[in-house]
Amino acid sequence: MKINYNYPDKSGKFGSYGGKYVPETLIHALEELETLYINQKNDKDFLTELELLQREYNGRPTPLTFAKRLTEYFGKAKIYLKREDLCHTGAHKLNNALGQILLAKKLGKKRIIAETGAGQHGVATATVCAKFGLKCVIYLGEVDIERQKLNVFRMKMMGAEVIPVTSGSKTLKDATNEAIRDWVTNVNDTHYIIGSVVGPHPYPMIVRDFQSIIGIETKEQILSIEKRLPDYIIACVGGGSNAIGIFYPFLNDDEVNLIGVEAAGYGINTNKHCATLTLGSPGIFQGMKTYLLQDHYGQISDVHSISAGLDYPGVGPEHSLLKDIKKVKYEYSTDEEALEATIFLSKHEGILPALESAHAVAFLKKLIPNLSKDEIVIINISGRGDKDLNTIIDSLGGKI
Amino acid sequence: MINISEYIKTINNNRKKALSIFLTAGFPTKKEFIELAKNVLDNGADLLEIGIPFSDPLADGPIIQASSQIALENKINIDEIFEMCYELKNYSNKPIILMGYANPILKYGSEKFCNNAIRSGVSGLIIPDVPYEEYNSFFTNEFLHLQKILLTTPTSSNERIKKIDELSEGFVYCVSVTGTTGIRNNFDENTFKNLERTYSLIKKNKMMIGFGISNAENVKSLAPYCDGVIVGSAIIKMILNKKEMSEINSFISSLNDSCSY
Repeated sequence: MKINYNYPDKSGKFGSYGGKYVPETLIHALEELETLYINQKNDKDFLTELELLQREYNGRPTPLTFAKRLTEYFGKAKIYLKREDLCHTGAHKLNNALGQILLAKKLGKKRIIAETGAGQHGVATATVCAKFGLKCVIYLGEVDIERQKLNVFRMKMMGAEVIPVTSGSKTLKDATNEAIRDWVTNVNDTHYIIGSVVGPHPYPMIVRDFQSIIGIETKEQILSIEKRLPDYIIACVGGGSNAIGIFYPFLNDDEVNLIGVEAAGYGINTNKHCATLTLGSPGIFQGMKTYLLQDHYGQISDVHSISAGLDYPGVGPEHSLLKDIKKVKYEYSTDEEALEATIFLSKHEGILPALESAHAVAFLKKLIPNLSKDEIVIINISGRGDKDLNTIIDSLGGKI
Repeated sequence: MINISEYIKTINNNRKKALSIFLTAGFPTKKEFIELAKNVLDNGADLLEIGIPFSDPLADGPIIQASSQIALENKINIDEIFEMCYELKNYSNKPIILMGYANPILKYGSEKFCNNAIRSGVSGLIIPDVPYEEYNSFFTNEFLHLQKILLTTPTSSNERIKKIDELSEGFVYCVSVTGTTGIRNNFDENTFKNLERTYSLIKKNKMMIGFGISNAENVKSLAPYCDGVIVGSAIIKMILNKKEMSEINSFISSLNDSCSY
């Protein structure tokens, strides 16, 4: 029997996950955003404007590329790559930033803030602010500023103010805390463009909806090429926006196996990883109830991944539900496997994936021995790896 | 457990606003925290709010963040915080309120948390990341015997403030400004307008004002709009700056003095 998947519910819950666990100050802004979004999401003018931007500015639809040499190399299944790396600014993040900037304009907000880890969401937000002429402030952990220098420059070139975050682990979670604190303080004139399917309701829903264009296109494309749905879709999961984006339109298609790949850092037997769904437990963090990496007393763990975009101790609440109801299977790849996959995909297909996306590519090696020749696998290449060159060069000791 | 509302009423009946002091548990050290708390109680605090440190305190400004960080480095945990509450309950008969974020409580287990809190003499709870919407999901039956204090802010509508007043127990925590905890030198006209609005809407509960209150003058200026005030960051900052205990004591006395009218 087919289950009709329909989340979140009216109170913003995905089963028991999600919700609005935020200070009272933000409730009004969240309600205002939700009301506006529900009113706009089926509005013809809004959708036309967004579609035009997605096409003429973002470069959508992105291709679904048949990975011929990869397919031949394994000789097991047909492998396709969804090319979010070809989006303007180099990752899927712009899909959401474009949608949210239109909402911000309608809300009459003059100032935009965002958090970023890999810098891709920061760049996407700085980009839409430049395009629409709004003031832009980006919070970025000090550790990530070092890792993603190029993106920091890009944001500044586009007129954004980049604020280094020095609290806690100085990575994505701390940048998010600081962005929330800014929002609590400046909520009257500021819109917070959250970059992933995390945070309080309605963000996980709004970001998912804007990102689900990835899955909608993928479905059309594979049906047109192969005349059938794929057997597997693989995507990396940090907060989980690119994964939800490609999974969501397939959630009611039981024949499609959905696999989310988390970052296992130095390995899941160490304490230096971000495999939240694999090893975490439910808790409340940054406005949502969801799986978290936390200690015995509920303090949030310091996590690690080579990819700044996955370096996060939480995960979108919808993924927590999808794990519990077994709609999506969650796996993991280590730093080393991701690095190897980055080079592997570069050599075999001429595509340099982001280190984040490389976690999904890496899982292919584990999945493929069990597949047959006529099966179809789609990997979401959520972004391109140019931003990671410094990290990659360092990790390889300057040699390739 | 002390009925906080009745307690504040008694103070108000003596022509005095209630003074609540916030301290971060385990800060600056576990041992010094207890001494500090006893001093605070001796020098004029009517209520004591004890912060349960959390790794990601998103409603707090830099000062309380720093104290939480230090307390966590001191390896403070909820079990020890209950022991501290117990000791302080035996020391004074003033209400003890725990203030903390949702996750450490959830992880500790609601039932165990509430049982231990009540056993340790805790009267009330303030959880800034559990707003009205999540009240029922978070505050399950186990929390029945703890007074759950809700917050209002300048962005809360009239309608909402009335609903919050209905649900809140002990008092309503009126957040003075949009923003995180921390020191502010002055409150502007809009702040006072909002306080006046909020105070007039709150019927069932006593109302205490918190966030940004840093000196005796602040207290005097806010007194007409509330039944009490809450001071946290100003004292934490003195400790961070290694001020002598005598200086802290006289600061608290000065706050207490300006509560009288």
